[in-house]
Amino acid sequence: MCLAIPGELIETRETGGLRIGKVRFGGITRDTCLAFVPEAGPGDYVLVHAGFAISRINEAEAARTLALLEGAGLVAEELGPEPIP
Amino acid sequence: MKYVDEYRDAAHAASLVASMQRLVTRPWVLMEICGGQTHTIMRYGIDELLPKDIELVHGPGCPVCVTAIETVDKAIAIASTPGVIFVSYGDMLRVPGSAGDLFRVKANGGDVRIVYSPMDALRIARQNPDRRVVFFAVGFETTAPANAMAVWQAKREGIANFSILAAHVLVPPAISLLLESPGNRVQGFIAPGHVCAVMGIAEYEELAARYRVPFVVGGFEPLDLLEAVHMLVSQLEAGRCEAENQYTRCVSRQGNAAARERMREVFTVTDRDWRGIGTIPASGLRLRPEYAAHDAEQLFEVQSTRAPEPSDCIGARVMQGIRKPVDCPAFGTRCTPEHPLGAPMVSAEGACAAYYAYRRHAFMAAV
Ligand code: SF4
Repeated sequence: MCLAIPGELIETRETGGLRIGKVRFGGITRDTCLAFVPEAGPGDYVLVHAGFAISRINEAEAARTLALLEGAGLVAEELGPEPIP
Repeated sequence: MKYVDEYRDAAHAASLVASMQRLVTRPWVLMEICGGQTHTIMRYGIDELLPKDIELVHGPGCPVCVTAIETVDKAIAIASTPGVIFVSYGDMLRVPGSAGDLFRVKANGGDVRIVYSPMDALRIARQNPDRRVVFFAVGFETTAPANAMAVWQAKREGIANFSILAAHVLVPPAISLLLESPGNRVQGFIAPGHVCAVMGIAEYEELAARYRVPFVVGGFEPLDLLEAVHMLVSQLEAGRCEAENQYTRCVSRQGNAAARERMREVFTVTDRDWRGIGTIPASGLRLRPEYAAHDAEQLFEVQSTRAPEPSDCIGARVMQGIRKPVDCPAFGTRCTPEHPLGAPMVSAEGACAAYYAYRRHAFMAAV
């Protein structure tokens, strides 16, 4: 349950007073709350847990971790089905 | 060497193992706190790769495993209340309460939904203003900021039908309990990487100094764990006891201040019952009085009874590093992930489930 997944921040927007980002995890994209990483912007890599980015990480490290998690089938399992909008 | 070719950098893995062989002069017992790390250790056979003198025992770091049976019973009672939408992280649905689990409530027609993020629960509340939406807020310090944010946002937006059943637990008090218990065998700890991504390392520096025990903040990949064990063994053999950081790519010394701030605004520290282990002082988080309108504990009249564990589950001792899952008479027979008797068999991060997934064949062949 404490798994956190690295992804690339594609774009950001404001929703309900919160900063939300579109984050790409390999082949899956999810909305992610950016309230805890105010400094992160498009092109940055962030570590995401329960829909929240909890830290920034560098790109090379992120890609490596993501490849490993994807190989183990953990990315899709962790993110679950697409939430109904 | 067993499994080593599966590693991202097999040469580095092999050199870490060889270096440990040279370093180790006596037996050491190390504990990884976090269930995610237990899972990696079992999956990649890290325990079997290490020098014989290094024993890994598995800690209480699985929120699914430590949520008190009384709290699960409360969740079941609330989820069974007509008109309620009960929202939870998936793993909690199969955790056995004293009679049944949340899946049973769902099968009997209860509206129980699984989400990935607490913000999804908040959205469900927004979309169903005539229903009471209760989110089962379990988790360690990694998850608490996310759950805090959902409550904070509910208050800000005035979403009156959203509440949480707060069952948060904190890692450092559990470590203190382990280290102070007379049966303790653990001499060094791999500290949980994602908890530290939020909390930083200061708490572990204090623990290292107070108990004269080394800590290494570790990541979740096989190489991370080999490196963390190597760093711990280096400290132990040199007689050092510091808090070091192996997982620097995700964890800074100061952690995430913004996340901690939100957590402190919404939650306050409280005593908490840990499943099988008992009450640990100041080891949990509950909502502050300002958020009482979103506190399911206060909104729902549910009796909490002291429910006994199934008698043959030794989960509590497994989570304290005293026993291994395979020592349990029910392991793999009366207790399986499909029909868990105790909580450590439920989540993939529970020690019993990890052993079942990766070790049961070896174990069953040996009996
Ligand atoms: S195998 Fe099942 S019954 Fe035995 S300790 Fe683990 S969870 Fe409890």
